[in-house]
This record gives sequence, structure tokens and C-alpha cells, in this order.
Amino acid sequence: MKPFIQVQAAEMVFSTRKGRFHALQDVNLDVQRGEFITLIGHSGCGKSTLLNLIAGLLQPTSGALICDGREIAAPGPERAVVFQNHSLLPWLSCLENVLLAVESVFGGKEASAKLKMRARAALELVGMSHALHKRPHEISGGMKQRVGIARALAMEPKVLLMDEPFGALDALTRAKLQDELLKIVARTQSTVIMVTHDVDEAVLLSDRIVMMTNGPAATIGEILDVNIPRPRVRVELAEDARYVAARKEVIDFLYTRHAHVEAAA
Amino acid sequence: MVSAVFHSPGDSVAPATAPVTVSRPVTEAVEKPEVKVKPPREPIDWRGLALKVLPPLISMALLIGIWAIATQKGGSFPTPGQTWDAAVQLFSDPFYRKGPNDQGIGWNILNSLSRVGMGFGLAALVGIPLGFIIGRFEFANRMVSPLIALLKPVSPLAWLPIGLLAFKSANPAAIWTIFICSIWPMVVNTAVGVQRVPQDYLNVARVLKLSEWKVITRILLPAVLPYVLTGVRLSVGTAWLVIVAAEMLTGGVGIGFWVWDEWNNLNVAHIIIAIFVIGIVGLLLEWLLMSLAKHFTFED
Repeated sequence: MKPFIQVQAAEMVFSTRKGRFHALQDVNLDVQRGEFITLIGHSGCGKSTLLNLIAGLLQPTSGALICDGREIAAPGPERAVVFQNHSLLPWLSCLENVLLAVESVFGGKEASAKLKMRARAALELVGMSHALHKRPHEISGGMKQRVGIARALAMEPKVLLMDEPFGALDALTRAKLQDELLKIVARTQSTVIMVTHDVDEAVLLSDRIVMMTNGPAATIGEILDVNIPRPRVRVELAEDARYVAARKEVIDFLYTRHAHVEAAA
Repeated sequence: MVSAVFHSPGDSVAPATAPVTVSRPVTEAVEKPEVKVKPPREPIDWRGLALKVLPPLISMALLIGIWAIATQKGGSFPTPGQTWDAAVQLFSDPFYRKGPNDQGIGWNILNSLSRVGMGFGLAALVGIPLGFIIGRFEFANRMVSPLIALLKPVSPLAWLPIGLLAFKSANPAAIWTIFICSIWPMVVNTAVGVQRVPQDYLNVARVLKLSEWKVITRILLPAVLPYVLTGVRLSVGTAWLVIVAAEMLTGGVGIGFWVWDEWNNLNVAHIIIAIFVIGIVGLLLEWLLMSLAKHFTFED
């Protein structure tokens, strides 16, 4: 089967005031339809840069990115992004925030009642039906991120790109949202690429974990297959040998073979 | 007043409603809709109230007291009592008309306000779109910025002769002066607001593939509005400062010329009244725009 997303020899060089910064070097990655991929690595390793390349928010210095047979030239709703800091528009209610996304994808084809139904359905999927008319500042951080996910899902994207979506949340909220994301992905069969720095999150959610070397000129170090059958249950996994092994593998990569040297950063 | 140019929209509202995520992880994990419990009614804080009301009262009393003592011996400067009497008489009939140069204080204020409104409104019509263009397009920014930097420090009154020359009449010249002094804060603040629209919001717009029209109406306008309103507030403040001076030079019916006229009549009590009136109207304008701005600021 032809891979759904292909990253071929992608290079990324930023020209900053301090000179050129070589962020990514020779990145190659194939993602199949319906796969859940996490990108993990130390801060500054370019994992968000790679995600932004796939999103189309950045253009590679050289190399090619292909999604569903077409080159990625610009951002678009078929590659929905859940941003790290939710990025909801503070002057719109939760429903309006989701509706904005729905309108831009389906606005030309469907009546406004249908669009509203889509937005409501997406918010219901993430358990936010009770706060349709609240503004983002009236709800908690976890709820904002739920709305952010609803906005992305409502566009019925081909792939869901998540940039450390739970990074700013406390541990309990994060666990809760991870569990719900597992359920949602199981139901929608979405292709997901998620950036994270949380080993447990990566192992719990992923089909494959893409481990990145340290920057500058970061690249993909290893890719780990997580062969744990779904549905995965957090409590049972804690003692599962496959889970423990995968976790150890990632930790070993991050802290033994590619330990982060702060001074060099 | 000038120090308030770069109000960030969140400034005034941040601490009170910051979400308390980590301190209540239990409710957070369940994420039930918040149930609002009405706090028990607090007793009236007489001490706090006194601390708020007393100092301004004392300062007013001190001002009037010193004024009364200084004018005790008589002379050309009126006492507080005489000024009060003059004010009562003046405001008993604020809208009389006895010829073109002798009209009630109400007409004077309204005339000045209408000049400010005209000049200011024209400045908003030109300045706010111009600010948007400068903020959105780097080329326009580099084109216009040196001009603004050069012209902004010039006293608006220096433009009055140009206005007189161009319009051959006093009233449009005064409006022109107001226009010039009002336009800079609006252009600069709008441009800064557009430049400071968070990149995240623009990324959202790119991912959602919003049309340029939707980017403007749903993202740029709401994000920039607080900045625009700051510009508007500063403009009105300056415009109200400038109109008094401009009218002194151009004449006609208006609070500025009225001050000058009363000086020629050596009616000092009326000048003092005018100072208070100008101050109060300025305060009201500021308060009006502040409450308008509060209505349109949003919380992150």
C-alpha cells in the first residue's frame, strides 16, 4: 500500500538574525492511513518543525512532502492542526470557534443548519456540549484543548496534526484527555501525527514512535513499533510487559544514547 | 496620557479570572460544568469607602480653601464665592443667543464639541484604514513610517495657517487642525495592533483556509479593536486640548474663543469657570471612551 504521507529527504534551514540554523537534516518518514504516530525528542530537536512542515505552515528548504498523492504546498483543512496553546479565538464562543472551521470546509455545500449540527456534533464528541456558548476564558485549560480538538475533528481532516496538545495540562487532566483521544481515534479511524515529550503518552497512544536526535541538524534516530493491541487500557498497561519494554526502549534512546546536553543548545 | 499608548488588551483584566487549573485537579479531572455558588453578601466596608471618598474631598477643599485665602484681600482675581455666583448665573441660561459673538456657554461647548467630532471623525475615517494597511504590509509601513515620525512631533497649531490658506475660512481650518492632531495616535495604534495580532491566530486562519474577508472580520478586526479604541481615546484627549487653542486663534463660537473673549473683557471668573468646564468635558469624553473600550476588550 502506498503510504498516505511521505516525507522525503526534507531539510529545514532557518535564516535567523544570528545566522543560519540547520534545524532538520535528511528526514524521511512514511505514514500509513489510519496510523497513530508520535514524534518524540528533547526540546529543540525540530519535532514541531517537522509537524509544521507536514501542516504546510513551513516550507522545507529542500526535499518533498506528500499527502495523499499531492505535494504539500500550503496549509489546508485536510491537515487539521491542534495547537499547543489551543489558539481558540477569545472573542468567539466555543460553538462559534468550531463553526468557523466547519464553515470554511463545508460552507459552500451545506445549509447553515447542517453546519451548526456538525459543530455541535464535534463538541459533543469531546464532551463539551455543556459549554457551547461559553467564551474560551470561561472554561478550564483542559476544556479549551477539548474545543481545540473538536475544531480540528469537525473539519473531517485526512490527518490530525497535534503539537504537544496536552503539554500545558496537569497530569490528571492529561490522562483523561489521552483516554478520550484513544476512544475518538478508534471511532473515527483518523490518521494522527502528534508531537510530544512525554514517554508514557507516546507509548500509550502510538502505533509507531518516531524518535528524533538532538539538534542542530536533527533527524530521525529510530522508529519504534508499539505492538500492543487496541483498545488499550491505561491501568492494565502499567504491568504489561510489551508496554514496559517499549517504554524502556524510548527512555534508553532519549537518556542514554541521545542525552540532551543543555550547554550545547 | 501618552504613557497609555500601548495598552495590551489583556492588561486590565488578567488577574481576576485566570483559570485555576492545577489547584483543583479533582473537579478538573471530571470536568463537570462549573456550578456557581453565590457568595454571602458582604457587609458594607465603611472604612474602604471613606478611604476612597475622603482624599478627593480633602484635596478639593484644600484647593478652594487656599484659593479663598489668597483672594481674601480683593483684587482682580475673584473669590470662590464670586466665581460660584457667576457660574450659577451663567448656567441658568446656557442656550441664549444675542448675536454671533455673544451666545450661551452651552452653545460654546456644543460648537467646540462639534468641531472636535468632525475633525476627529474624519481622522478616524482616514487613520484607521491607513493603520490597517501599514500594519498589514511591510512595504507601506516603510513608506509611511518616516513621514509619520517627522510630522507627529509637530504641534497641530502649526498646521492652522495651512488650513486657513487652503480653506479660506476659520471653521474648516479649526477642524483641519483637529484632524491633524487626531490622526497620528489612530494610525500608530491601529498599525501596532495589526502587527501584534498573535501569530497563532493567523496560523489558525491559514489552516482553516479562511477567505481574506473572514480573516479581516473574524480575526483582524476583533483582535485590533482594543488597540484602535486606545488610539481613539488618545486622539479625543489631544483633540480636546487642541480645540481650545485653535479657537483662540480662529475666533467664532466655541469654548476656546469664549475664554479669549472673557479675557478681553477682563472677566476672570468666567475664565475660571471655563477651565473647570473644559476639564469636566474632557473627563466625560475620556470616561465615555473608556467604558466603550471595556466593552470590546476580551480575555485570553
